[in-house]
Amino acid sequence: MARGAQRLIGHPGTAAVVAVLGLTLGTLAAVAWRAEGWAALGPADRAAIRFTLLQAALSALASTALAILLARALARRRFPGRAALVALMGAPFILPVIVAVLGLLAVFGRNGLISQALGWFGLPPVHIYGLHGVVLAHVFFNLPLATRLLLQGWQSIPAEHIRLAAALGFGPGDLQRQLEWPMLRATVPGILMLVFLICTTSFAVALTLGGGPRATTVELAIYQAFRFDFDLSKAALLAVIQVGIGGAAAALAYRAASDLVGGAGLDRPRRFWGVGGRRLVGGDAAIILAAALFLLAPLAMVVLGGLPGLVGLPAPVLAATLRSLAVALASTALALALALALGLLIRRAAPRFGAVLEGIGYLSVAVSPLVVGTGLFVLLFPVADPVALALPITAVVNALMALPFALRSLLPALRLVERDYGRLAESLALSGWHRLRLLTLPRLRRPLGFAAGLTAALSMGDLGVIALFADPDAATLPLQLYRLMAAYRMEDAAAAALLLMGLSLGLFWLFDRGGRLDADA
Amino acid sequence: MLTLERLRIEQDAFTMSADLAVAAGQKVAIIGPSGAGKSTLLAAIAGFVAPAAGRILWQGQDLGPLDPGARPMSIIFQDNNLFPHLSAADNVALGLSPALRLSPDDRRQVAAALARVGLEGFENRRPGALSGGQQSRVALARALLRHRPLMLLDEPFAALGPAQRAEMMGLVNDLAAAERSTVLMVTHDPDDALRLGGQTIVVAEGTAHAPRDTAALLADPPPALHAYLG
Repeated sequence: MARGAQRLIGHPGTAAVVAVLGLTLGTLAAVAWRAEGWAALGPADRAAIRFTLLQAALSALASTALAILLARALARRRFPGRAALVALMGAPFILPVIVAVLGLLAVFGRNGLISQALGWFGLPPVHIYGLHGVVLAHVFFNLPLATRLLLQGWQSIPAEHIRLAAALGFGPGDLQRQLEWPMLRATVPGILMLVFLICTTSFAVALTLGGGPRATTVELAIYQAFRFDFDLSKAALLAVIQVGIGGAAAALAYRAASDLVGGAGLDRPRRFWGVGGRRLVGGDAAIILAAALFLLAPLAMVVLGGLPGLVGLPAPVLAATLRSLAVALASTALALALALALGLLIRRAAPRFGAVLEGIGYLSVAVSPLVVGTGLFVLLFPVADPVALALPITAVVNALMALPFALRSLLPALRLVERDYGRLAESLALSGWHRLRLLTLPRLRRPLGFAAGLTAALSMGDLGVIALFADPDAATLPLQLYRLMAAYRMEDAAAAALLLMGLSLGLFWLFDRGGRLDADA
Repeated sequence: MLTLERLRIEQDAFTMSADLAVAAGQKVAIIGPSGAGKSTLLAAIAGFVAPAAGRILWQGQDLGPLDPGARPMSIIFQDNNLFPHLSAADNVALGLSPALRLSPDDRRQVAAALARVGLEGFENRRPGALSGGQQSRVALARALLRHRPLMLLDEPFAALGPAQRAEMMGLVNDLAAAERSTVLMVTHDPDDALRLGGQTIVVAEGTAHAPRDTAALLADPPPALHAYLG
């Protein structure tokens, strides 16, 4: 035991554990210390709590219900473009929220496609701001996510069971009762909780589509207490509440969240029998078409709307772009270093202790970026100017938020390296830095590339903690885009959105691709 | 001489004991039913599994405190003997320097070792571009370069076809003779044991029995071996 403990203390992973604990529990402690009593909770704050829970619950229900229909249609139909559509379902995860909001406004907004179409018939335009706008945006992001998770569920039904069902002459109803319901009962609760969790911590959607006394989330209230009232103790109190909500949802969603990364083999459709009826096929086709339209139309509007202004982008946008790239790359390097150090430590520790360490790596799922930001502000305020540190803090917080995903993608690969080559490496006395350089890193290329792409894209598009600290002269691209929207400079905003989308998806593609090139089986 | 001195291995419900010696330069097959602990015995000698009791000695030196890489032995596994992202030459060179810092002389040695196993000119091939037999040859070339007196083989050619397997056994015999290595080879095939042409340790019912001459043993198998051979 003493020898084992010694091996852990000198390990770089220990520094990673300390950093993660400091950034999550440490900032939380700072926030709790600054928070005033519950008496300070006004009616507006209670409304924010209610609204947070309500919009998250509605978003979870709507996303999951639609996803069940869509996943079933995708699971049992084969058609050209299916693989592309399933791949597209992965895109919203790395799409900057602010870009998607702009696209949704172009379709569902006051001057959007639908309002214009209604106008031709003399009908009033639709309103997107408020509860239904927030829910709409959350469905846009989480319908694809829930669909991918459910597709995994359909994929997990053994092929033999499906053939057996066909041999027994099962119709669609029998299939549903005997095969689909049991799978859904096992997967749907976790997915509901996961979407609920994501929606309770989403900030940028509420910032852009919510607001006002009737559509303010706790995250948004933290931001407002900070930016408008500079009421640190109020912000801290709200942050404690936010962590309570997020922590409870995270504890319930833990199992579903662990399936979030992955989704290999989803592009291979299963063959189902007994579902060839005309109405069933027509229904599935309608669902798939509608979903594709719902997901693609806003993106297409971003591209179409952004192209004209792309050449003459104002200088502040270009400067913000460079800042965002720097933040994204720094954040990626930090997230990978943390995930790798932590992953190696987990593999080295005894299994039970390793599980605890793994849990520490996932802590940031429960704390929101704004909470960490508030905590860092409280901690830094007495010793430094937090606003001057806005960009480094953003990079650090982004890395922390991406850590769970990076860790999830690295750990299985680390396990495989250990299982397949651990003894060979030991017999050759391959250890320390050389083992990392010659064995571990080359074997981890693919998950490292994937994790780097994910982190870079998430960081590139993040509009969270930066809004809190925001130095007027040091905005990132998402923040600059938000400012252009707020100033109704829609052409510049559209062009900036296209640029931001291109950079986020491009960074993901570049890193992910880099991990795949020249990778041996 | 390799000595297993009142050795006990315990893993969950599994236990095995061994109290035996193998003479230096001897070629010994380890045979027995699957699950009897043949590979576990080899893993203990190689240092991957810590014994519950007893000692493992080579020429009188206790190997207990030594890490696997420091023990006087090379080991070849059933598969995953090569790192797939490194060239054949680099995989061999790991036997000389785990950091892969190579002098020109080292490179010549690597090329010579590959030539000795019949893989001249294959230096830059990745394992994925080699056949199963060729991969085994690369692993043998690395073992050659390390010049360790003991060679442990854990069902090394189980994935090969009969002809390639006979060929590899011949190569092992040639190299062991030239290097005067002591060879321990786990196998489930009595023909392999015969081809190795030395002694055999029977592992059955929780005991590794002292080595006996293979031909004589197979001609008149004791009850435990008889049950396995059928």
